[in-house]
Amino acid sequence: MKATAWIAINVFRESVRDKVLYNLVFFAILLIAASYLIGQLTAGQDVKIIKDLGLAATSIFGLFIAVFIGIGLVSKEVERRSVYSLLAKPIHRYQLLIGKYCGLVLTLVVNISIMAAALYVVLAYMSWGVSPAAARIWDAPALDPALLKAASLLLAELSIVTAIALFFSTFSTPMLSAAMTFGLYIVGHFTNDLRNFADLVDSPAAARLARGLSWALPNLAQFDVRADVVHGVPVAFGYMGLACLYAAVYVAMLLAISVLVFSRRDFK
Amino acid sequence: MPALATFELTKDYAIGFWRKRPYRALHGLTLEIAPGEVFGFLGPNGAGKTTTLKLLMQLVFPTSGRAEILGRPLGDLSVKRRIGYLPEHPYFYDYLTAEELLTYFAGLFGYSGADRRARASRLLDEVGIGAERRMQLRKFSKGMLQRVGIAQAILNDPELVIFDEPMSGLDPLGRRDVRSLILRLRDRGCTVFFSSHVLSDAEALCDRVAILARGRLAAMGRLTDMLPFRARGWELVVAGVRDDTVAALGNRVRRAVRLSEGHYLLDLPPDSLPERLVGELTAGGASLTSLNPIRQTLEEFFVEHVTAPEAAGAPRGLEPRAGRRP
Repeated sequence: MKATAWIAINVFRESVRDKVLYNLVFFAILLIAASYLIGQLTAGQDVKIIKDLGLAATSIFGLFIAVFIGIGLVSKEVERRSVYSLLAKPIHRYQLLIGKYCGLVLTLVVNISIMAAALYVVLAYMSWGVSPAAARIWDAPALDPALLKAASLLLAELSIVTAIALFFSTFSTPMLSAAMTFGLYIVGHFTNDLRNFADLVDSPAAARLARGLSWALPNLAQFDVRADVVHGVPVAFGYMGLACLYAAVYVAMLLAISVLVFSRRDFK
Repeated sequence: MPALATFELTKDYAIGFWRKRPYRALHGLTLEIAPGEVFGFLGPNGAGKTTTLKLLMQLVFPTSGRAEILGRPLGDLSVKRRIGYLPEHPYFYDYLTAEELLTYFAGLFGYSGADRRARASRLLDEVGIGAERRMQLRKFSKGMLQRVGIAQAILNDPELVIFDEPMSGLDPLGRRDVRSLILRLRDRGCTVFFSSHVLSDAEALCDRVAILARGRLAAMGRLTDMLPFRARGWELVVAGVRDDTVAALGNRVRRAVRLSEGHYLLDLPPDSLPERLVGELTAGGASLTSLNPIRQTLEEFFVEHVTAPEAAGAPRGLEPRAGRRP
């Protein structure tokens, strides 16, 4: 446990010094700040636009961080052979894998917090000096705490994406891992459509396949509550709890499979 | 109890597009290394040296056979606490400093904060990069990374160190430093098992060596047994000697090479009593420049065993061939 935590801290320390990460966070904050200008172009919808663009930027750049740093966790370590010295130390392979995963999730927590804070700063600036009468036409208050719900669910979604990136990187090259992770991310947003497709097709085999895939593939659409939050539709804590439980179970399964693959892998 | 022992250790890799074709990288390697020994593992590229070391570190898994380190089977975590490993061409984390890397690795051994920092500091000084301790590793040269690699391998004061090509990437000064480090480790009672292409290093450091060729053990033994002390001849260099004096020596010399006017290199057979010949020549007005015994070098021994047809066959007698002895 101690070794796992130590590995996680080191992954975090290395990640926060990576220039790629700084660039991603910088552009995310730039985009959030730019949403203020775009908001000026709309009549009365400025807060909504800023929230929408801000959350979208956080989501996209969070995805880039999860994938590009996630795939590097193991595959780059194997490719550059830095894993050789590490595995010669008194640790199990599963500790290395779980430590690396936790380190990246910690990096994501910090970065999403920074991006969410930047969004709140822009919204605070926007709403500063606005009369209560003018604010009444907004669907939700500018500094709506519900934005944190959207950010938390985004974090749960990205923890699954990170686990997918880690899984592919245990047996594949960095490029292939990135491509497959992005592919699964996109497919993951259409698993509900796959379930509907199963109900529509005539062929029982195709229906079984579609239903099987819809259960096996990650259902990432459930984590996207941006539209609800922006329009002031409440997101129930019960819904959030279930979505987070789903993420925890999915991540645990992916990590278990990753550990199985990684534990028997030959580093040629 | 040996520090390290392998028993019929064999490794096959699956190669080809469908990974159907097996390629045997190591054929039934059996060897034993005694505690406190400096053991050289020699062989040309592709001989199976790195595969053997990776098998010992469980970076790859054996197809058959087994190995023990410090009396325990491979994979035992308690053993990993007592050994150190330097991989070939080590590479570490770009954005960590040398000190942070060693502190990180020390943490994996469970050392406390103060101990971690003290060990990192001491070892970076010991491998000669103490001044660069706060520099990020991405700015390090290949030789400096090799030194960091050596430092991390001895971080836990190991009882056994396994070095894969420890001299690789080092300049002559670096190689000298690593040679002294290996000798210091031996003096502390640490067993050193290292692979190398550089035969002069093995000759200078090793108690015993094993030569691997095409995945098979071609020879193993003490250097003193492999390279007999008895001379195979003598190399005499004299100055101020006349050409007709040399011609008159007849079959007392195997070969005479004229280096310059009156300056000769004479190759004498082993039973030629060189001191008598030196006496005769100096009495005739010549002066002695040098007299050296000719012994078989490890390089000659290595070439003979690696190129021998038997190297591709079953492991054979571990003694050097009698026919080559003088």
